[in-house]
Amino acid sequence: MGAQKKGATARVSEDPEELARNPLQAILLADSFATTFRPITLERPKVLLPLVNIPMIDYTLAWLESAGVEEVFVFCCAHSKQVIDYLESSQWSSQPNFSVATIESHNSISAGDALRLIYERNVIHGDFVLISGDTVSNMLLTQALQEHKERKKKDANAIMTMVVKQSKPSPITQQSRLGTDELFMAINPVTKQLLCYEDKAEYSKGFISLDKTLIADNPSIILHNDKQDCYIDICSQEVLSLFTDNFDYQHLRRHFVKGLLVDDIMGYKIFTHEIHSSYAARIDNFRSYDTISKDIIQRWTYPFVPDVLCGSTAIKVERQGTYRASDVTLSRSAHVGSFTFIGQGTKIGNDTKISHSVVGKGCTIGSNVTIEGSYIWNNVTIEDGCQLRNAIVCDGVIMKSGAVLQPGVILSFKVVVGHQFVVPAYSKVSLLQQPTQQDSDEELEYADSTSGTGELQSEKLNGDIAPDLSETASELGTGGVGYIWSVFEGVQDEEWRHSVAPIPTDKLVKLMLDEDEEQLTQDGNVLSASGELKADSDDNGSEDENNEDSRDDYVFFEKEVEATFLRAVHENVKVDHAVLEVNALRLSYNMASVDCAGAIFYSMMKLAVESPHSSASELLKNAAEMITKWQKLLKSFLHDIDEEIEVILKFEEMCLESAKEFAALFPQVLHLLYDKEILQEDAILRWADEKEGADESDKVFLKRSEKFIQWLKEAEEEEDDD
Amino acid sequence: MDFQVVVLAGGNSKNLTPLISKDVPKPLLPVANRPVLYYVLHQLRQSNLKDLIVVVEGEDAALHVGGWISKTFVDGLHVEIAAVPEDIGTAGALRAISHHLTAKDILVVSGDLVSDVPPGAVAATHRRHDAAVTAMLCSVPVSGSLESGSSGGKDKTRKPGRYNIIGLDPCKQFLLHIATGSEIEKDSRLQKHILHAVGQMEIRSDLMDAHMYAFKRSVLQEVLDQKDTFQSLKQDIVPYLVRSQLKSEALLNGISQAEENGNEKLSSPNNQVLVSKILANASTPSFHEPYSMEPDGSAQTRKTHKCCAYIASSSSYCVRLNSIQAFMDINRDVTGEADHLLSDNIIGPSPKLGTKTTVGPHCMLGEGSEMGDKCQVKRSVIGRHCRIGSHVKIVNSVVMNHVTIGDGCIIQGSVVCSNVQLQERVVLKDCLVGAGFVVTMGNEYKGESLARKEK
Repeated sequence: MGAQKKGATARVSEDPEELARNPLQAILLADSFATTFRPITLERPKVLLPLVNIPMIDYTLAWLESAGVEEVFVFCCAHSKQVIDYLESSQWSSQPNFSVATIESHNSISAGDALRLIYERNVIHGDFVLISGDTVSNMLLTQALQEHKERKKKDANAIMTMVVKQSKPSPITQQSRLGTDELFMAINPVTKQLLCYEDKAEYSKGFISLDKTLIADNPSIILHNDKQDCYIDICSQEVLSLFTDNFDYQHLRRHFVKGLLVDDIMGYKIFTHEIHSSYAARIDNFRSYDTISKDIIQRWTYPFVPDVLCGSTAIKVERQGTYRASDVTLSRSAHVGSFTFIGQGTKIGNDTKISHSVVGKGCTIGSNVTIEGSYIWNNVTIEDGCQLRNAIVCDGVIMKSGAVLQPGVILSFKVVVGHQFVVPAYSKVSLLQQPTQQDSDEELEYADSTSGTGELQSEKLNGDIAPDLSETASELGTGGVGYIWSVFEGVQDEEWRHSVAPIPTDKLVKLMLDEDEEQLTQDGNVLSASGELKADSDDNGSEDENNEDSRDDYVFFEKEVEATFLRAVHENVKVDHAVLEVNALRLSYNMASVDCAGAIFYSMMKLAVESPHSSASELLKNAAEMITKWQKLLKSFLHDIDEEIEVILKFEEMCLESAKEFAALFPQVLHLLYDKEILQEDAILRWADEKEGADESDKVFLKRSEKFIQWLKEAEEEEDDD
Repeated sequence: MDFQVVVLAGGNSKNLTPLISKDVPKPLLPVANRPVLYYVLHQLRQSNLKDLIVVVEGEDAALHVGGWISKTFVDGLHVEIAAVPEDIGTAGALRAISHHLTAKDILVVSGDLVSDVPPGAVAATHRRHDAAVTAMLCSVPVSGSLESGSSGGKDKTRKPGRYNIIGLDPCKQFLLHIATGSEIEKDSRLQKHILHAVGQMEIRSDLMDAHMYAFKRSVLQEVLDQKDTFQSLKQDIVPYLVRSQLKSEALLNGISQAEENGNEKLSSPNNQVLVSKILANASTPSFHEPYSMEPDGSAQTRKTHKCCAYIASSSSYCVRLNSIQAFMDINRDVTGEADHLLSDNIIGPSPKLGTKTTVGPHCMLGEGSEMGDKCQVKRSVIGRHCRIGSHVKIVNSVVMNHVTIGDGCIIQGSVVCSNVQLQERVVLKDCLVGAGFVVTMGNEYKGESLARKEK
């Protein structure tokens, strides 16, 4: 501890006046509200899982202390008692300038709930650092804090600063080295404001969409695919109240960050702070557990490395990154390779080879054992001839002689693997049975709230393990104890993505080929679509800027109206009821009554065309019947002249496109509509006036009905004369 | 330099009626008393790009333009005039003259570009990167709008319009995304695989595609041949090349898709080598490389081509004359802030000015024009051989050649084409007067477009 403390005090003194004003507070969420670490997290909270033999939360707390935070509120929910007990017994309860208080909750199911609870407690008095207990970092907060404060001074809406770091996802798997999905962030390069955050670019495959208003407001935007979210946030007090105001915010990113970015009423802004040389990463899944463990062993996280953090048991760092505790019993013929950690009191037998692995305290490892890239926690017994590759083995596991763990296996607490049993790749084995009621994804996300029940289960289990398990012992070979969890359907293919094991090469090759094909097909679509769109655009063109969405909407609306109308015709629905139904549609599609009139008229004429007729005159008769019968329906949407003109325009459109048979009857139908007093003469005359200036091709119908219009005009003049 | 230049001079343009007519096709529309085409040709000559094909829409227009070029650029330029039918689009025009293209690279310039950006620099950038296409991008002009504003003055209050949405790589050398026309008003859709390859993309809406492109000839001809629905360079061909830059189809001549896939499967051990290469070396010098890398040097699985951008410095002048508003702006700028575009003096050799007539700064008076007494001219261009009476006030306007203006006329924010006759005391405000029109005595017009009826 000594060395680390020195480092910490030195850092704190770098910025004394900053701290003098307001003690810096932090909220540490000791519950990830996720299920990625199951089955391990059914028995122990994630923050207490050992990371290179030290509980994760210690890394986080040590960093917070060194970064100048003076007061930490640890929020614990799942297995809260274990967390509280651990903190009470640890060094953190007795630090002079660093207080750690716990806030316990039993019914929070998300980070949102946690922050709402903390808001109620009223313990946060200024800016605070929001972090989860599984974050490893060594960054200096000073600069980020200062930036945050200065921004806040200028703009009260700048309420949060997110820490990001360069990390380019693999071009093949589209996944960062931490095993998180690709993340798209749009950032204004000048102000560093975060404009868009898309962690699961779910919408259109192959494309990422940027809202047009963003582009309108920012002349320059940088869209990043090469940044990693460190999940270290510097927040202003308002963040807590925002969570309280928006009680549906659950997830910090998916709801809160996206919610703020989308909401332009309140105008809250989020900014980013990029770190370059320092380290920050969050353990989100088994792959990041593997990656971060390796980073720690390779000392990227200095000073937060095992030999500095636990000063009590002397850990020696040897060549090639081998860490060895003081009292390890190592056989002469055993070979401990590079980047390996061997914990206190561990015994290793003859001809055993260990490399790129972590072995915890008090483990007993037999002879001829091969361990590669694996994480073996405390008090594990591995008998002779076992082989482990890229596996996680929890406390108290016993592997009988000759057992083999294929890559990606997770053995939870106290599992016993039978003699010469081969545990298949990516299996998760636990003494606890797999919870069965996991159906929807959304629930899965917050399912850790049920980890309270998990705790109960485990307590119950401790009592009567033996009888229960003897029946299923066969699952893990002779003498084995534990259940192999089945993988959910659909997730199976994705299992390798988040596993401790590196991604097999054949998967990568397959992915590459898939991607190729996908792109080719996608591009085909894109090209044909845009080709069509642009067929008639000229070089200077931007005339045609129809909003396609609203057009689509209208098409749907028209279809609905037509269906309603047909039902009304066939089932003899009363006109009043039909009016009501169309009105309901109008409201639900947010249309104007102009649109209703157009759509109803369209449906009527369509039906007239579709009903049997042999000659034009019969068609006209059909139309006349239709109009006579349903004129009331149509009229109830014709309130003013504009709507009547719309009907004429609609009819014209139909004559040109869908119902060409009417083209010849245009003037007759127009006359009919006039006789039935559906169209007033003003409407017809205004339509004629409007058309006067149109292109020749547009005037076809005007010319056809010239006589009628002439007649109308004369009639009007006569009236005037009278 | 092995560069051939194609100047797409156009011919007719709806946006510019009534300024252009049969006798004055678009390339010859006078800007500060010189045909607009002069500015492009002048810049090309300065850059020592002398092998030119000028493409004009319509035979008649081609004759006019050809006549003017042979008169003006007797020295140094090797110009061919090609007439193409109207309304076939820029891509269609190139397709029509495609067999004339022989050089390794082709520079395509729009004939209505008034700019001081050296075309040679664009060509050099193109060569340096060995790009398939290089587009010249310039800052969006401050005033002016897309709509042909007959109501010129009002538009100046608008904020700069957006013409393109452009995606650039972090070094601002490569063009990763381009949206034009109506796409700008929609949400931008950016291709993920390009983003994956580059990591970050800067999206700019303050840049404009100035319609000056350098193409690799082979690529251009192949795209023209294969995609016969493409009509426009700006809206079809360039976006297509940008979209497909990481999986170029343009160069995959003979290899059919099936064969290609077969190759990939056969060479899967090679692919593994490739994978390990990618994993081992996360940061490659150019984002094109991991894609174009060949597994063993024989079978080419993927092809890429580079799309580059040449970004003109923000101080340079670059405007396209494609609307009335742009016409007014260019006339104002060329006589004002961008007067370096004109190589010679502003007031013609022998203007005859009456007594107490003042010609303000940023004005231009063509040779042989005469003005009566007590006239005022401010921020306006007056063409050759105009006869202007007394007490005439001309502000913010363009008056072309051989115009007669009677006493007491007031002309504000208007364009008066050649051979127009304005009788006494005519008042024009924000008007366009087509060639040969006669405005009778004492009439007042505001915001109107006046033209002779075509027979």
